[in-house]
Formats: sequence, C-alpha cells, structure tokens
Amino acid sequence: MSSEAQKRIQNRFKYSTDQVIEKPFNWTQLWRLFRYLKPYSKKLLPLSIIMVLITTAIRLVIPILIGMYVIDEAIAGKDGNLLMQLVGVIAGLYIVNYVANVFRIKWMNILGQSVIYDLRKHLFTHVQWLSNRFFDKRSAGSILVRIMNDINSLQELFTNGVINLLMDILMLMGIFVVLFTISPELALAVMIVLPAMFLISTKLRKKIRRSWQTVRLKQSKLNSHLNESLQGMRITQSFTQEKENAQYFEGVNNETFESWRDATKKNATFRPLVEMTNAVGSAILIWYGATLIQGGSLEIGEFVTFAFLIGMFWEPISRLGMVYNQLLMGMASSERIFEFLDEQPNVAEKKDAIELKQIKGDVKFDGVDFAYSGDRKALDGINLDIKAGETIALVGHTGSGKTTIANMITRFYDPTAGSIKMDGHDLRDVSLRSLRSQISIVLQDTFIFSGTIKDNIRFGFPHASDQQLIEAAKAVGAHGFIEKLPKGYDTEVEERGNILSVGERQLISFARALLADPRIIILDEATASIDTETEVVIQKALNTLLEGRTAVIIAHRLSTIRDADRIYVLDHGHLMESGNHDELMKHKGIYQGLVHSQFTVQQNHAG
Amino acid sequence: MDVFKKLKEFYWPHKRHFILSIIFLFVMTLITIVYPIILQITIDDVVGQGRYGLIPYLAFGFIGIMAIKGIATFISQYNGDLFGIIAVYDLRERLYDKLQSLPFQYYDNAKTGDIMSRLTADVEGFRFFLSFGFAELIRLVLLLIVTTGVMLYYSVPLTIVTMLSIPFLAIAVFKFDKKVHPAFRGVRKSFGKLNTNVQENISGINTVKSLSREEHQIDKFNSSNQDYKEKYLFTSDVWAKYFPLMEFLGNVSVVMLLGYGGYLVVNDSLTAGELTAFYSLVGFIIWPIMNLGFTINQFSQSKASGERLLEILEAEETITEKPDAIEMTRSEGVVEFKNVTLRYTEDDEKAINNISFKVESGKTIGLIGATGSGKTSVTQLMTRFYEPTEGSVLIDGREVSDYTLRSLRKNVGFVLQESFLFSSTIKANIAFGRPEATMDEIISAAKKAEAHDFIMEMPDGYDTMLGERGLGLSGGQKQRIAIARAICLDPSILILDDATSAVDMQTEFNIQKALKEVMKGRTTFIIAHRISSLKHADEIFVFENGEITHRGTHEELIKLEGQYKRIYDIQYKDQKALSATGMR
Repeated sequence: MSSEAQKRIQNRFKYSTDQVIEKPFNWTQLWRLFRYLKPYSKKLLPLSIIMVLITTAIRLVIPILIGMYVIDEAIAGKDGNLLMQLVGVIAGLYIVNYVANVFRIKWMNILGQSVIYDLRKHLFTHVQWLSNRFFDKRSAGSILVRIMNDINSLQELFTNGVINLLMDILMLMGIFVVLFTISPELALAVMIVLPAMFLISTKLRKKIRRSWQTVRLKQSKLNSHLNESLQGMRITQSFTQEKENAQYFEGVNNETFESWRDATKKNATFRPLVEMTNAVGSAILIWYGATLIQGGSLEIGEFVTFAFLIGMFWEPISRLGMVYNQLLMGMASSERIFEFLDEQPNVAEKKDAIELKQIKGDVKFDGVDFAYSGDRKALDGINLDIKAGETIALVGHTGSGKTTIANMITRFYDPTAGSIKMDGHDLRDVSLRSLRSQISIVLQDTFIFSGTIKDNIRFGFPHASDQQLIEAAKAVGAHGFIEKLPKGYDTEVEERGNILSVGERQLISFARALLADPRIIILDEATASIDTETEVVIQKALNTLLEGRTAVIIAHRLSTIRDADRIYVLDHGHLMESGNHDELMKHKGIYQGLVHSQFTVQQNHAG
Repeated sequence: MDVFKKLKEFYWPHKRHFILSIIFLFVMTLITIVYPIILQITIDDVVGQGRYGLIPYLAFGFIGIMAIKGIATFISQYNGDLFGIIAVYDLRERLYDKLQSLPFQYYDNAKTGDIMSRLTADVEGFRFFLSFGFAELIRLVLLLIVTTGVMLYYSVPLTIVTMLSIPFLAIAVFKFDKKVHPAFRGVRKSFGKLNTNVQENISGINTVKSLSREEHQIDKFNSSNQDYKEKYLFTSDVWAKYFPLMEFLGNVSVVMLLGYGGYLVVNDSLTAGELTAFYSLVGFIIWPIMNLGFTINQFSQSKASGERLLEILEAEETITEKPDAIEMTRSEGVVEFKNVTLRYTEDDEKAINNISFKVESGKTIGLIGATGSGKTSVTQLMTRFYEPTEGSVLIDGREVSDYTLRSLRKNVGFVLQESFLFSSTIKANIAFGRPEATMDEIISAAKKAEAHDFIMEMPDGYDTMLGERGLGLSGGQKQRIAIARAICLDPSILILDDATSAVDMQTEFNIQKALKEVMKGRTTFIIAHRISSLKHADEIFVFENGEITHRGTHEELIKLEGQYKRIYDIQYKDQKALSATGMR
C-alpha cells in the first residue's frame, strides 16, 4: 500500500478522545466536594471513623502481643498459663475486630452511597430545570456521562477512599511509633528502604497510571469506532467499504494493543520492585537484628514483632498512592459535575410568583426584544395580540424568529426588552409550573418513552383514567391502530418508539396533548416524511386537537396556514405582515411572494 | 469447556506466553515459601544456637533469591497479560470482519447496544480469564500444596490443628460467593435502569419540558436512584456479613496456632522459629482461599462471555458470493425483476409479492406508496442486501447473485432516508465510497447535491469535522451530503430512498434540478411521498401491499382514477385552492 493510501486509511475517521482523565489538585474543589459529607458529620462519619480506629489499633497490637509477650514472656519463660491467657486475649481482640469490621464495612458503604445518592440527585434535579438551550448545545451522551459515569467515579473515593486515607496514615504512624519504641537503631536501619518505597509508590505508579490512561483513551477510540460502524453498517455495505473499514480498524486495534502491551510491561515491573525493596528491608532486619540480639540489646520476640510490622508497611503506603490516584481522577470528574451545577436556568421564578388558575389563553407581546447572546437580536420590537381561542400561524424562513416566539410564550426565555402577558399577567410574575402546565408544545419529532402506549399517552396527565385516555386516542384517530397492536394499549414500545411509524407516533403525541388538555397549544410543524394518506389523518386529528384552544402554529403546510385566523410573517426577528390568508394575498407583500414561490416550485416540477 | 475449545484458535497459537507464564509462576511460588524458612533458620539456628556466622549468607542469599523471584514475577505476569491481550487482538479483528459481512437481516433484529456490550464487556471478560483466571487457579493449587507440604514437614499435629478452621472458611467463601453474585447482578441491573432512565429523560427533554413534566421526571429518577442505592447497600451488607467472618476464621487459625504451637514450644517439641514460620505460612493460604470464589466465578462468567461472542462469530452469513462469481464492470443499468417475492423472515407476511418489471438503461423510475408497501424492499434486492424468497433479480441480463458483491454494489449508489454520516471531515464523508476521489470530484459532487454553498460557509469548509451522527448539521444539510456521497461514487444505478424529505421545498426544487443532470446516463429509482418529486419520471410504479398496482407516466396515472390520483388530489388541493384565491 502506498504511504498516501495508508495515511488516508488512518485518517478515515476521527474521534475526539482528548478527554482529560485527571486534573491537578484543587483544594477549593475538594472542599466543595467534601461538603456533601456534611449531613453525615454528626453520626455516620464519626461512627465509621471510630470503627476504623478500633480495627487499626487491633491490627497494630496483635503483632506486639505475639512477639513481645507470647514469644518473649510466655514461650521463652516456659509459662503455659501465661500463654493461654495471652491466646485468650488475642482471641478476644479478634472477636472485637470482627464486630468492628462488620460495622465499618456497613457504615462506610452507607456513607459513601448516601453521598453519591445526594450528589446525583442534586445534579439531575439541577439539570432538569435548565433551559432548552443547555440541551441544544450538548449531545445527550455527554450529559448522560456526567450524571452516570462521572458521579460513579467518585463512588470509590467516598466509600473507601476518604476513610482509608485516615486509616493508612494512622497505621503508618502507629508502626513508626512502635518500631522506634522497641529499638530506635533497628527501626532506623530498616527504614532505609522507606524512600525507595515512596519513590515506587509515587514515581513508578505515576508512569504506570499514565500508560493505563493511554490504554483507556485508545480503547475509547476503538469503542467509538465500533459503535459508529455498527450504526452505519448499512451505509458501509451499500458503499462496499468493508475492506477499507477493516483496514482502519486494524490500525486502531493495533494502537490499542501496543499501548496495552506497554502498560502491562510497566505494570509488571511494579510488584517485583516492591518485593525487592521489601526483601532488602528484611535482609537488613535479619542481619542487623541478629547482631543486636547477639549483643543482647534486642529480644527475639521483639525481632519477630519487627518482622511482622515491616511486613505491614507496604500496604498503607501503596494504598495512599491509590487514594491519591482516586483523588486526581475525582478532580476531573468533580470539575465536570460542578460545571453543570454552576449552569443557571435562563429564567428564574420570583419568590412571590402567582399561581395561575385556569387561563383563558390571551397572549400579548408588547415591544418584545430578544437576543440569545451578544447584540444579534433574534426578535426586535415584536407586538402580537393573540385572543383566546384563536389559531395563529407564524411564517418565515429559518432564523426569522418563529421558534423563539414559541419558546417565549412558555417562558423558556425572558425578553431583553418589552413584556409578554398571559391573560394580563406578566409572565415574569407567574409560577413556571402553573404557566407551563397549561401550554402544550407538539413537536414533529415526537419522543416516545419506553413503556406502554398507555403510559405514553398519559405522560402529560398521569391521573387520567383509562376511559379518558381511550377517548383522547379516539378523538385524534389513534384508537384504530392502537387496537391492532398485539397488546393494544398495553403494548410495550421501546425508546423512540421503534414499532410505530412516524405518523403513528405523531398521533400518539396528539392524544397525549389532548389528554393534558392545555389552554394553549404550540405546534412545531417541521417537514418530515409522512405518506400522504397518513398526512390526511393527521390533519383531521389536528382540527380536533385545536378546537376551543389558543393555537400557535409554526407552519409549513399551506393547508394549516390558510385556515389560521391570523398569519404573522416574520423576517430576521421583525414582524413584517399580519392578517388572514385572503388579506395577505391581497396585500401582495412578502407572504404573497412566499406562497407564489412554493407554487412555482410545484409548477416547475410539473413542467 | 466446549466454549473454550471453540475459541481455541484465538488463544492457543499464543500458548508460548501461557507456558512461560506458568513455568515462572511455579518458580515464583516456590520462592515465596522461602521467606518463612529463612525466618525460621534465623531464629532457631542463628539466634537459638548462636551461629551468627550464617547471617551474611542468609541476608545475601535472601536478597539473591528474592531477585530471582522478582524476575520470575515479571516474566510470569507480563506473559500472562500478553497471552490475554494478543488473544483479544485476534478476537476483535475477527469479530469486526464478521460484523462487516453479516447481512442486513442480522442487523434488523440486533440492537447496537447489545452488540456493543458483547464487543466490550464480553471481550474483556474473556481476556480477564485468559490473563489472570487460569494462572490464578494454578497458583492457588500450587501454593496450597507447597505450603501444606512445608507445614507438614515442620509438624504434623500442628498442621492439623491450624487447618481445622479451613473447612469452615471454605464454606463461608462458598456461601458468600453464592450470595454476592446475584447481589452484584442486582446492582448492575439497577444501574442499567437508572442509566436508561436518565438517557431517556435527556433524549426526550423537549417533550418533558413542553408538557412541564420535570417534577414527575425527578420523582421517577429519585426512585431509580434510591433503588440503586438500596441494591448497592444490600450488596455491601453481604460483604459486611461475610468478609469479616472470613477474616475471623483465618484469625481462628492463628489463635489455634499460637495456643497449640506455643504449648508445643513450651514443651520443647517445636522451636520458636518453626512457630514463626508457621505463622507466616498460614497467611499465605488464607488469602488465596478467600479469593477462590472470585476466581471460580470469573471462570463461569468468562464462559458465558465466550458463549455470547460465539453467537456473533457463528451467526449465519446468508448472503455469500458464488465461487465463480464474476466481476461486474461498468453496468449498463438494465434492471429486471422476474416474479420476485420476498419475505424477511419465514413468519412474516410477504413484503413483496410476485413483482415483475424491466427497466431499460438510463431510465428514471418513481416509486410511490404507503409506508411498508414494498418500495424500499425492491431497491434493496438489487444490491443483494436481501435475497428474494422466490423469483430472480437481474442486472444487465444476469442474476445479481452471479456477480461479486463488491463489484455489484460499487455500481449502485444509495441515498437512504436516514442520512447516516461518519465522524470524519465533510470531505471524507463525501468520498466515503471512493476514498481515492480527487478534491475536484468531491466538490463537483457537492455542487450537484446543492451542498457546496453551505459547506463553504462552514468554518473549515470541506475539512469541517462532523461529530457523532453528523452533529452540528441540520437534517436537510445531512441529506444533501448523503446525496453528494452517492453522486461521488458515480454509479450506473442511483437509488434515492426518500432522500429529500428533510429539506424545504425550495431546496428540494434545486436538488431536483441538479439531479436531472446527474441522472443522465444512469438508471435512477426515486422513492418519494411527494408527487412533485417523481412526477417527471419516465415511469411511476404505485405500490400497495407489496404489489405494483399501477404503473405508467404521471399523465397516464392521473387519468386512471386509482390510488395515485387520490394522492395527487390531496397534495394538490392546496394549490387548487390557491389558484382559486391568490392567483386570480
């Protein structure tokens, strides 16, 4: 293969894998994270700590008992009674240790899970109230990852990390104290290996960590490609690119393999090095310890205690390294979590917001200006007067401000100037819930939730009876096809409603909106692929749905526009014309031009 | 073991690594036992009998032997890991190739999420066992045998007393294992549910917000969140119950050892050094026994993983090339269906029922009809994405199954309704079917698809990166790139399956105009719901329930008073009404 062709294969797909897995240490952020422990600082946290203290103390005491008492006193003194007493004490300590461990594990997990539960709840609830714009800017996957994975990566830190940190520091200190008390010179001699241990635990571990991160990045690239290649399999086969894709995959697979091999190699050096330093420590102990015993300044039991305690040295040092790792990874996750928590909803509810009763549906825009960001106005001096029960249509090109108007009626945004009134109340004065619960937006791309058809229709009004629900379905003409489904209204539909056609999904969303019985309906009627017969059914259903309600239609289909009580023609955020179809046609302005151009398109096709 | 036998080809060729790993594992385990023995010699011979001259030998001997152990550990671990990683490399390669060649039919029934979890979690489960599981089992057995051997050598009665609690430990391990795995499954399942819950909420956030169901969604989330917490805590309770117990049983061994062993030392039937050595040795066997459950579980899980991987590897490739398949050069584009019937699966109704037609080179055919009436199925038979149940499909007078798949499909350009774009540059997406296309060819294709102008407005023009599923482009823009992609292929047969549904009327008109140029010299099939899209076709097929009920030109069909006329009336009602009011 020529090098150019090879390069082309490698650049065939690109996946953003620049995710940072760890972040530098940040005390403010850590503090903010640890504040989630606060609700538990009165009971659960201190209790867990006490249990940790007990188990740590016992683990330290037992080697001392065995070495300095069992061996030196009882065995060396050939004192069978003392031996049995000591064994009894040790057995007792082990029982205490057992009980303390049961509660330690239990309470530490409750603590960790409670914090994770709180954090996840806080994040989800916060995100739930963010504006549409927040969601428009991000893919669903990236939001999901934060709520699920980023929070999960803190799980280990809160369950074991924090408390282990404490336990290990205590343990190390305890070992130090005991060793130095028994024999300062032997302790010093043995601790020559300590710097080496720390070095391995920090430097080498860092290297190993980095190489595992590379593996993870490569793997995530590999998985992104696998996922995409599965979704695009039909395209790949249509364009017979199987061979080329396989070549690309081989490259990615190979990269993963190489990075893995490298990481494994580094990883495999870890244990031998640790054991070697331990061995050097033990050798020093044997040599120098034996010399001390020879000189009479050390008892044999003390020597044994030393041997055991040195064996216990590595574990806390190694675990401290691990907790440090967890903290660094936790930094990256918590930074991403806090980024979301710091997002503010675009609109805030007043403290003394009015609860709207059943509204009539008069909507009034008074000199409304709006800019999403910066100076570019999405709406400029808009005045609209929509009377209860009217159907109005918003017409204009993409970016003319139609959707913005719809979003402002539901108060997803506040105007930068001017005011919007609902039945005479400024939207900023009313509670969001009481406002939005009386408005339904029917989208063309209807989202069907996994669950039964029934659940889906009931989505907007969970208390509806089966009777009401079926009536709503009948009213929009959805009853027929629902009945034909294997289990009727109890048929399980999967996410996005795979077993339903686009038209059927649309009818379900109409039934959903009808059952919610809103006073105002906003209909976003985007172009989509529906066969003509279905379109006729939908049109009919629409008439039922709109009856007796205020309706705002973002329209493309001539048939809906024509029947509207009033048509507002928008251009670059300005209101250009308004009136009903006949008036606007007579006016011979933009609207007439729009209609004619559509007509010409169809004419030309005919020709 | 059947599963491992079937998957043998992936790991057995690399047995060199495995054998190396095991040999050095053996060395490693033997040396592990040396530490307690040296401890014993130090205490008994050096200190007890005052032979201090032994010390340097002991110390250096110890360091030396530990150095050997270090090297053995490295070799064993590295080779063990490598054994798994290499096997996984081969396995992935094979899985990928297999997936590329599985027919559409396979993907009709498979879920991406499910295949993905096999490709990730199951591959990993399989690797884990190869890398660690095998070796761990062997290590455990070795350690048990050698340790017990040394202990028996020192003192038979003490060994028996010390080992008294081991059966209880084994029972605890067994019981723990039996309880903890279902609990873990519960946690995973609950997490999956929580995940689905959040994912659905975010994907459907527009619907949630439009019906102001946020509070309800938060409640729903809270209950899943709570459930996850409870399942997790249930699992940790199992841990809290058994883990300290297992540790305690291990400690009982120590207490028995101290009591009886101390008694033996006091009575001079055991040395102090031997007692210390015993103490160390007990530590060696307790941990592996506690781990035993984990390892055994790993084995059964990797077996299940292997089974799921085999399901993919053994999936039937229903569409295969004949051994003597011929290369299709540039096709003339003559397409003929002879009494073709298609059922997707045996129990399905007929998607296509006894269809026959012949399309001459360079003609344009319009296909219209309700969803599920068989339009798309007809086009997918031409490229052998499915095989006809009865009858035959011919291109240029030969059965499509006579050609090699690659050469056949190279001649047919598809634009599908859902325009899937890959994570790559716009340029690479357009050149997807012909990676060697020049920049001029790419631009020319984009121009024909009415895509050039908006591409040039993008920050990096043709080098603009498209995210996951074409994130950042509107539906209409994606469709136009998909059209450019098909044009770039320069196919003899072009199939537009509802390709302009997401663009507005003006753009559609422009595309149609440009396509007219493209369609010259190609046989084109246009599937559409709008009559305006296929009115100018040389012939229009009207589909109903898998059959072609009417065929003819637009003018002929309008006169027929059939389904076509009905659709026409509905679609052109607006226009007539308009002419009545506006066009006066």
